Amino acid sequence: MSQQVSGAKVVPLHDKQTLARNPGMEFDADCFANLQVNRSATERRALSYGSRRSIKREQQAAWLLKAITLIDLTTLAGDDTAARVRRLCAKAKNPLSQNLRQQLGLKDIPISTAAVCVYHDMIKPAAQSLTGTGIHLAAVSTGFPAGLSPLPLRLKEIDYAVADGANEIDIVISRRHVLEGNWRALYDEVKAMREACGEAHIKTILATGELGTLTNIAKASMVCMMAGADFIKTSTGKETTNATLPVSLTMVRAIREYLAMTDYKVGFKPAGGVADTKTALLYMTMMKEELGLRWLQPDLFRFGASSLLGDIERQLDHFASGYYSAAYRHSMG
Amino acid sequence: MILMDNFNNLEYSSALESSSEAQAWLAEQNTHFGHFINGSWLHNETADIMPVTNPANTEQLATIELADASVVDAAVAAAQKALPAWQALGGMGRAKVLYALARSLQKHTRLFAVLETLDNGKPIRESRDADVPLAVRHFYHHAGWAKIQAEEFADYQPVGVVGQIIPWNFPLLMLAWKIAPALAMGNTLVIKPAEQTPLTAMLFAHLCVQAGVPAGVVNIINGAGQAGALLAAHEGVNKVAFTGSTPVGKAIRQATAGQGKKLSLELGGKSAFIVFEDADLDAAVEGIVDAIWFNQGEVCCAGSRLLVQASVEQRLIAKLKERMQNLSYGNPLDKSVDIGALVSQEQYQRVDSMVTSGLETGGELYQTCEANISANYYPPSLITDVETSHPLVQEEIFGPVLVAISFRTQSEAVSLANNSRFGLACSIWSENINRALDVAPKIKSGVVWINTHNQFDAACGFGGVKESGFGREGGREGLYEYLKPAGLKAQKPLSKIKERSARSLSDNIDHTLKFYIGGKQVRPDSGHSQPVYSAKGEVVDWVGSGNRKDIRNAVSAAVKASAWSGSAGHTRAQILYFMAENLALRESEFITKLQTMTGHSAKQAKAEFTASIERLFTYAAWADKYDGNVHNVPYRGVTMALPEAKGILAIVTPEQSPLVSSISLIAAALAMGNRIVLVANERFANLILDLVQVLETSDMPAGVVNIVTGSRQDLATQLAGHAEVDGIWCWADAETIKQVEYTSAENLKTTWCHDDNDRDWLSDKQGEGKEFLRQAIEVKNIWTPYGD
Repeated sequence: MSQQVSGAKVVPLHDKQTLARNPGMEFDADCFANLQVNRSATERRALSYGSRRSIKREQQAAWLLKAITLIDLTTLAGDDTAARVRRLCAKAKNPLSQNLRQQLGLKDIPISTAAVCVYHDMIKPAAQSLTGTGIHLAAVSTGFPAGLSPLPLRLKEIDYAVADGANEIDIVISRRHVLEGNWRALYDEVKAMREACGEAHIKTILATGELGTLTNIAKASMVCMMAGADFIKTSTGKETTNATLPVSLTMVRAIREYLAMTDYKVGFKPAGGVADTKTALLYMTMMKEELGLRWLQPDLFRFGASSLLGDIERQLDHFASGYYSAAYRHSMG
Repeated sequence: MILMDNFNNLEYSSALESSSEAQAWLAEQNTHFGHFINGSWLHNETADIMPVTNPANTEQLATIELADASVVDAAVAAAQKALPAWQALGGMGRAKVLYALARSLQKHTRLFAVLETLDNGKPIRESRDADVPLAVRHFYHHAGWAKIQAEEFADYQPVGVVGQIIPWNFPLLMLAWKIAPALAMGNTLVIKPAEQTPLTAMLFAHLCVQAGVPAGVVNIINGAGQAGALLAAHEGVNKVAFTGSTPVGKAIRQATAGQGKKLSLELGGKSAFIVFEDADLDAAVEGIVDAIWFNQGEVCCAGSRLLVQASVEQRLIAKLKERMQNLSYGNPLDKSVDIGALVSQEQYQRVDSMVTSGLETGGELYQTCEANISANYYPPSLITDVETSHPLVQEEIFGPVLVAISFRTQSEAVSLANNSRFGLACSIWSENINRALDVAPKIKSGVVWINTHNQFDAACGFGGVKESGFGREGGREGLYEYLKPAGLKAQKPLSKIKERSARSLSDNIDHTLKFYIGGKQVRPDSGHSQPVYSAKGEVVDWVGSGNRKDIRNAVSAAVKASAWSGSAGHTRAQILYFMAENLALRESEFITKLQTMTGHSAKQAKAEFTASIERLFTYAAWADKYDGNVHNVPYRGVTMALPEAKGILAIVTPEQSPLVSSISLIAAALAMGNRIVLVANERFANLILDLVQVLETSDMPAGVVNIVTGSRQDLATQLAGHAEVDGIWCWADAETIKQVEYTSAENLKTTWCHDDNDRDWLSDKQGEGKEFLRQAIEVKNIWTPYGD
């Protein structure tokens, strides 16, 4: 099944393989009841990617170009306006300057971000800007970021978002269901949201900074995947702690567990906290080490980020010219 | 287009660390090394030469001269000469030197790391992130110990000249582990690096000059096994510290027998990696990578025996096999490499032939990459479908080879883990703290890691039990290896008795003194008895002549009494107090006997008797107060240094002050939870056997104390060779001590041997205290990282 929705063409550099969409499964507490995550050991592994694997020079340039195509370029601010969102979409379409594209020898090879991610009221201006680009349009939904509005309203919000042209819906889970151990309620809620999404893909935001333990994060990941999540995502960007490598490793291992159990691939999106190339490369290394190359395609991996792109541009500029660039030399998103 | 190829493949970079600075340094040294003695380089034109090669490409890096006896003599002489001034420098002075060494090392970390990788073949990532930083930390940490030595070790003095022999698997780190504590405590030393990997030691010699280490304090000689043997056996060396293989460790134990040297041995292992069904399996898989594929598995404490609970065996093995596909190996200077080269062609052949011949016995081999013989790259290997009897499960491979077996229950896991001649380390993987902390004390090893493996720190002792050797390196416990008690005053030997007729001295009813074994009074297996004479030479009693069967029975009884070692300190204290109570009831009897046997005055005998009662009180007091430590290790977790009973202690009692010395030794050993097989000094055997009635009335559980009499030398030697005996305390003549130390190599039990007349037992300072308690225990370090 393709991620293509209502006339948008597939981003050229996205993986051509079709991905069987995770249909979810019956709720089965046995699959996660005994899960236990050891924090110290998880942190130790998470700390090792940078020292065990090296990505330099031309490899680094290629990885960073790839990183651009994995970005959900995001604006989620109270003062967002249509104009601000149009500017963001323009940056998503043309993340690199002509000059830099030439220096890198990209010629007419298109490079764009995977998607743009906005609040509900910004869907329409974004959809207009992105028409015909193949760049996906993601909307945060379901009472983002706290998810504490009435469930019927949250489901309705998804309907509106899909109707307005969003083809990816980033929902927030009810943290209280996790903290109260009410896994069945979490499952039912996410399943209902998945149904509301229809053809649009659903990313379930766990808000890991509010779930207390890595074990809770692992269990919540499993429940969301059982309920049919296409992606599991770390954070809203609004929690005090957003994406971290140990949290991400825990979720990625859950994805691997779910794959072993069902044969379905689920995507992963770290959000908040990935602001520079060094961190982005650590995340990409983790994906390659833990799940393999397949998970470095936009249908299975995204960065939820706003300032990462700027840093990537500066690094690529440095690769092309040999000197460090300044932010003002790259267009604002 | 390359960029787009990379874009699609997302390969890692080959990031080769430059070796040019290291090569330049070698060139400055003319790629040739003699010996660093008395602060300068000693060369001998006619010396035998050996090449030093880079195992990853077999290129020659340098040559070394091999030390002969004259070189070893010169090095030991230099260390002896430097000793007084080094000790006179004081704690602050030595702290400054150690601090300077730490700082100097830190200034050249890259050069040390590259040189280490060139020489040893280990990945640069490991030499950079593990070997060098841990070595630096060791010098910092011990600079601190030097400063506070006077206060913290007031009752101790330095051993003197130390001979140290280190292996090739962690050349610089092992050098740091040896040198830092020795220097901190005021010793001077001669160290011999492995002939395969001498280069970082050579660079360190230059550092010593830079850092202001006085000439002769650190001497570094090059050479192979022969030079090591010369150093270990050298009469001028007061202590030998060896890290290496178990066979060589045994040879050193034998060679130094009777020389009065302190000895510490850090030897081989076949450490268990135990995964329970409630473990975080993904964490355990990464733990296995750290355990067996760190340093190509050339680690004495490598987790080379995977024990996995049957209920999760399939899942764990599947996850592990998947993980193995991601292990990269190749040029050790490449920062993206997980596994480098084995140290030498010889080592490669050893591992390869062990695995090949082992597989003939059965077992399934899983490897994810090809071997590269010319570069000594042995692929990471997993062997399944093997039983405990399989040679690859029993023997240390010292390569990147893991064997996996399954277990059903917790108690079976403990039995399997302990089913080994070795006892170095173990890791326990479980998210259940009740289980982990229950299992940790049951494992016979010096180190236990909970949910981690291969963690080390200067603040924490490292070392093993059983055939993994004895002694600790690091932490407070490690410093005692370089200290000896101060203030022992040797006593005049007892004058010989002129034996007279075999006439019975007593008009009382005949009193038969029997052995005490398993809580029962038993007759000697031989059916022979021997007379015990009074100071005047009259026969006072007849005691049994014990033989090896009596020793066997006594040890068997002690084995059965294992509950004592797990009993609470409070319980043991109660029994020691009770012993004091019951002994006190027999005051006049013992005082009379003491007078008869020693010829001492009533006053002297009374003093010895009173001291004996006090000793029982001392150790009853200590029984629940000799606590462990929580080490200050830089990680989020608790590292507990737990004092554990050695297990079964053989005690051979001295001639001096026979009652108080025997009571002192028995009480100290019992207080710490040991079971005892005691060989009574022949001359006073009757006096010791009189204690049986005290023991019998004091609620002492059967088998906790066993007493045999007879030929001291024969019985002591039997005990020294008995594999179920964990340690031997022996006060005797030189010949017996030599026999005991030599024979102890059989299972490498710990020995604590002294001349019969080495101290004044009536003095509290010499006759009791923490040194006795320390000798009665092994320190087990349990690492417990936490966090949820």
